[in-house]
Amino acid sequence: MSIGLYKSEFSNPVVRWIDQRLPVFTMMQKEYGTFPTPRNFNYFWNFGALAMITLMIMIATGIFLSMHYVANTHLAFDSIERIMRDVNAGWLIRYVHMNGASMFFIVVYIHIFRGMYYGSYKAPRELLWMLGVTIFLLMMATAFMGYVLPWGQMSFWGATVITNLFSAFPVVGNFIVELLWGGFSVDNATLNRFFSLHYLLPFVILGVVFLHVAALHITGSNNPLGIEPKGPQDTLPFHPYYTAKDSVGLVVYFIVFAGLVFFAPNYLGHADNYIPANPLVTPPHIVPEWYFLPYYAILRAVPDKLGGVLLMFGSILIWFVLPWLDRSPVRSMRFRPLARPFFLLWAVNFLVLLWVGAKPAEGTYVLIAQICTAYYFAYFLVVLPLLARLERPLPLPESISRPVLGGGPLPMGAAAKPMEKA
Amino acid sequence: MLRTAFKVLILIVGLIAAPPAYAAGEATPIPDRKFSFDGVFGTYDRASAQRGFQVYKEVCAACHSMRLLSYRNLRDLGLTEAQVEAIAAQFEIKDGPNDEGQMFERPGRPADRFRSPFPNDAAARAANNGALPPDLSVMTKARAGGADYLYALLTGYEDPPPSVTVMDGMHFNRYYPGNQIAMGAPLNPDQVDYADGTSATVEQMAHDVSTFLQWAAEPELEQRRALGVKIIIFLTILAGLTYAVKRKIWADVEH
Repeated sequence: MSIGLYKSEFSNPVVRWIDQRLPVFTMMQKEYGTFPTPRNFNYFWNFGALAMITLMIMIATGIFLSMHYVANTHLAFDSIERIMRDVNAGWLIRYVHMNGASMFFIVVYIHIFRGMYYGSYKAPRELLWMLGVTIFLLMMATAFMGYVLPWGQMSFWGATVITNLFSAFPVVGNFIVELLWGGFSVDNATLNRFFSLHYLLPFVILGVVFLHVAALHITGSNNPLGIEPKGPQDTLPFHPYYTAKDSVGLVVYFIVFAGLVFFAPNYLGHADNYIPANPLVTPPHIVPEWYFLPYYAILRAVPDKLGGVLLMFGSILIWFVLPWLDRSPVRSMRFRPLARPFFLLWAVNFLVLLWVGAKPAEGTYVLIAQICTAYYFAYFLVVLPLLARLERPLPLPESISRPVLGGGPLPMGAAAKPMEKA
Repeated sequence: MLRTAFKVLILIVGLIAAPPAYAAGEATPIPDRKFSFDGVFGTYDRASAQRGFQVYKEVCAACHSMRLLSYRNLRDLGLTEAQVEAIAAQFEIKDGPNDEGQMFERPGRPADRFRSPFPNDAAARAANNGALPPDLSVMTKARAGGADYLYALLTGYEDPPPSVTVMDGMHFNRYYPGNQIAMGAPLNPDQVDYADGTSATVEQMAHDVSTFLQWAAEPELEQRRALGVKIIIFLTILAGLTYAVKRKIWADVEH
């Protein structure tokens, strides 16, 4: 790029003056104004924007909460109740933050399932997908540490159970655990470092989200048909078409969010977390927040501690290599008659794991968890690699605009080379 | 398009309706008690909550603290400033140090927290046969079943079935997890003298004190629901407008 003022196309003198020196207006115009977006998105494509908005809400409410929260084992519980009772609109900020975590996970789960169903992880979007998995891992760490901060019974015992998992690793296990604790048990030092990291990680997430979006704007969005746009007839400018469509989804999302915050703020939480932490009293059942239950079920499905820990971490790390496990050239499950039912079963299987994770680890529940864990991994390691070879995909449409503007799918022969290798 | 949106909604609702994160206990199911604050639009029955405060003050407060509440909070229950000051003044509050460096006792003020019956947990245990009476400030939020559970617990004392041997110093309660509770039946008929003439049956007192404790745990409940109704009405209208705008923008596009 040559040195010198940027050739701005804005006519407003102030905007132009800035844009010539730092072309942020041009960038926004290019990335969110005229950005060519496939014309056939369904409402599943709202969830990326929803996740972004939720991250903003979490950061904003979190900043205000941290002005009143006290990270000390003797004061943390009471400081939260003080926010609920004495801080102006404190109950609202706290309930939005608390339920915002749940909403964030709902949104991101749908976003991930969308990506899996429509093959958004396939070439050329592998790195985009992997950045997304990274965001999800960071979210999990942030949410876990945030749940510890109120210093209730589930905070304390959840922290104890989860940090103890790291002791399963040979040689370095105990070192990691003591590093997390800042001592020899979950205590004030743990609470302090978790508070510090809970404040830090959202900004790391923000950074990775920036990369995620930057990568998205290189490859462009996938779409429900899973075929690349072939020209301007297949795309629409992001604004006003998708700003308008995202707004619809956003308002509907806020209605659900508000329903939770205003009418059932503690529904997704656990009553035990309103009991101040007590290291001498173990709750009858220690359960994590609902969004961790599938992984908790996988952890407990394995009789061996290290094996359980490895499978639990593996259940998410395997998403990193999904683009290479699924070699089928067809992205969208709409054109994959065999993969589609297997994937939908996987999604149901995920919900069953979530359900069984809340049950005590005994009797039939363990068996259900084991069967579901087996299918969870089999889908990635057996089903997808096999289907890439065995499945005969349905014929793909010639282009995105062709089915809408008339004309059916191409004859079978043309579908044999269905996807361009970008 | 709408079908997909509908499916998304179903998925969201499904996830929210998924069983919350508590595992099944072995205790007797808690019967549903009808309270004024039930449902989406319920509010606190002030008279009941005031009577409940009386029950707390005259019965429960002998052992149970409510250290997160201040006397001034009672104004939300409809007590006047003068009444609140009079109630606070009944209690001797430890304050200090004064100019000589001594702690001293003075009559309570509305800004003081509810005085705890014991100076610390050890003292509470020593006076209660080794059991610690829990703080009641957020009790309805801290127990699955909330106010329904409290009411069931307070009215759930009965003679143990022949198959059960109750341990020394414990009491049989139908709804307490494990059925053996250190607290003896706290409420007896006509234990308090209600100023408004309400008959002080055990059920009435249990109902009133459950209402009071629900208010103590969620004093923001009425404000929260009122604001929620407004916000959801606003958002519903906004959703209609946004959808109309979206339709208008997309009208010239085949999709």
